Amino acid sequence: MKRLFLLLLLLSAWPAQADLRVFACEPEWAALAKELGGDKVTVYAATHALQDPHRIEARPSLIARARNAQLVACTGAELEAGWLPQVLRESGNAAIQPGRPGYFEAAQFVARLEIPAKIDRSEGDVHASGNPHIQLDPRNLLAVAAPLAQRMGELDAASASFYAERHKAFADRMHAAIARWEREAAGLRGMRVIAQHKSFSYLFNWLGLVEAGTLEPKPGIEPGSAHLAQLVAQAKAQPVRLIVRTPFDSPRPGEWLAERSGLRLATLPFTVGGSERAQDLFGLFDDTIARLRAAP
Amino acid sequence: MHRMSIFAFAASLALPAAAADEDLKALREEIAQMKKTYEQRIEALEQRLAAAEAPKEKSQSPQDGGTRAGTAGGFNPEVSLILQGQYRRMKDVPERNITGYWPAGGHGGDERGFSVDNSELIVSANINPYFRGLLNVALKDGEAEVEEAWFQTLGLGNGFTLKGGRFLSGIGYINEHHPHAWDFADAPLMTKALFGEHYGQDGLQLKWVAPTDLFMEFGAEIGRGAGFPGTDRNQNGVGATSLFAHVGGDVGRSHAWRAGLSWLTTRAKNREAHFEDTDAAGPNEVEGLYSGRSRTWIADFVWKWAPEGNPKYRNLKLQAELFRRTEDGDLACASGVATSPCAGSPALGNLNTRQTGGYAQTVWQFMPRWRVGYRYDWLNAGSKRYDPATVFAALDPASAYFARYRPMRHTLMADWSLDEFSRLRLQFARDKSMQGVTDNQVTLQYIMSLGAHGAHKF
Repeated sequence: MKRLFLLLLLLSAWPAQADLRVFACEPEWAALAKELGGDKVTVYAATHALQDPHRIEARPSLIARARNAQLVACTGAELEAGWLPQVLRESGNAAIQPGRPGYFEAAQFVARLEIPAKIDRSEGDVHASGNPHIQLDPRNLLAVAAPLAQRMGELDAASASFYAERHKAFADRMHAAIARWEREAAGLRGMRVIAQHKSFSYLFNWLGLVEAGTLEPKPGIEPGSAHLAQLVAQAKAQPVRLIVRTPFDSPRPGEWLAERSGLRLATLPFTVGGSERAQDLFGLFDDTIARLRAAP
Repeated sequence: MHRMSIFAFAASLALPAAAADEDLKALREEIAQMKKTYEQRIEALEQRLAAAEAPKEKSQSPQDGGTRAGTAGGFNPEVSLILQGQYRRMKDVPERNITGYWPAGGHGGDERGFSVDNSELIVSANINPYFRGLLNVALKDGEAEVEEAWFQTLGLGNGFTLKGGRFLSGIGYINEHHPHAWDFADAPLMTKALFGEHYGQDGLQLKWVAPTDLFMEFGAEIGRGAGFPGTDRNQNGVGATSLFAHVGGDVGRSHAWRAGLSWLTTRAKNREAHFEDTDAAGPNEVEGLYSGRSRTWIADFVWKWAPEGNPKYRNLKLQAELFRRTEDGDLACASGVATSPCAGSPALGNLNTRQTGGYAQTVWQFMPRWRVGYRYDWLNAGSKRYDPATVFAALDPASAYFARYRPMRHTLMADWSLDEFSRLRLQFARDKSMQGVTDNQVTLQYIMSLGAHGAHKF
């Protein structure tokens, strides 16, 4: 018993790394934390681009990683409601509980779209705080980067100025990139697109694209043939240029619609790691806009 | 005459037409006027909208610095309600007890035909940054049973979590899962034999998660120990103690696993079961009474596969648990019938038992919404040591408890879930848990959850 206790003590004193340990719920926040933290942070991405962030299980590996984290950086807006609260509670880590400085919700720093007037599950899996897929508007990344850099500085005061400098450099690059992307995408304004889930609302809002419909009849409800047939008719009445999906959506409903309507189905990276080119936040938008511009 | 009438007819048509022309002109003017005013109003509204949106992009800064969690349903506290019921077709067996096992009681699950399960009402919230609370009440016909009512610490840190109140014990795997989260319409035979339905504690639980990338969790519980296999003993001390350890992790992107080992020790005082006696005047139903120690070991293992870690479309779950229970104590019996050998509650000597068993199950989601599963349950009668001369002087040797029999069951299920809030399930079971009875059971079940998402355990 005494030996076991000693072992436990040793284990609890074990993680003596100097880096700020960040647990990022989604790849975009992992990428942002790396942009801001450079080599002074160790970032663990809880999900990758082929996973639907709605549908993650509170796996033991996630609890183990949350146990050692100093900062949890997540989207919030109920995106992770099905797994993150469980992971945080099971972790036994006081520093990352909601309400503590180690808990960071990105969605609270941006103007959210599609905040429902009525919260009723008959409308599907709606989020009271609005659409949580905020990362595809780069202006949102800027809005999140500033408070995130500040928070990192609060948690790791020794490197606060380092984070602030890196934030400034990131913001400058991002401002320049946004201007370039907006020029490149100017021709896309008004383009009508069908999306699988409401995953791209912020992207469409930013670039002035029009969402002509979604393959899901209601958020979180799998596409059915009756609804898809209706979309075919709709696409004939009012021309649509593209169907878009994320890498983790099933390609089948999109392919079905593409076959019957003659439209093209494009897979947009959705987040960092979602395609070969989307290796960082800048590549994410380079690739997304290139894929949209390739629409016939 | 004919021509006249045609003329008159044409005139009668043309005259109102001329009048209508005047009306139409006025109408057109009115519409044009309305269009103009509406266009102006729409323009003004659009300008207001643009003005309202523009500063929002920069200024929607949160009051709390972004540390507040969006709650699962936008409410505080989170409230969810589980509705569950079924149609069940099975044999009419008066007292369903697993042959060779001391009856553990439990919530039934033996009603035939249409029935409604307990409706679970769950209310939970963070009390403050340091504590979280949860209440789970099972409602059924004039009774409300408190299934869980606990607080949990959030702020101990260093991997420690303390839970206090009434909670489902962390021993084994399925014990902490509520019926609505089960993959089959009923509990494994093992759970029914060990605890009835669940092992709950009124007490304290301390858990510690090791600071390693491999998930390692250790827990200890002390509690009242009123639940089967123990009994409420009206004492100041600890009625039951349990210890458990869990290890888990990922293998690549597509596989995750967890394994555990748990131990529970408790005591029973006059734990009751129905027996038949050996009364020469004809058998009476008497109470068999066990008093003594009960120790249970459980090993559990879960393996989940989801392609690229994305369980939405396809996934597979393997789950197995094994147990070994040893009980060392004394047997007695009691009856109010004067001619019964159990009148006056005679002691029947020592009763030492060792029993084992387990279950293994797999559930496969082969396409969105649809899952199929198979479960195999087996139990061993194990060894029972007692003095037959003393025991069978009072109790009928043909009692099911003394039978050497290996209960088993095969279960097949298919379920359909429109989304994570609704599930319909069809289940077939070939239940041979009672000697001499092969019960082919059909269950058609629904599980509906309303309200907050409620994150599920792994």
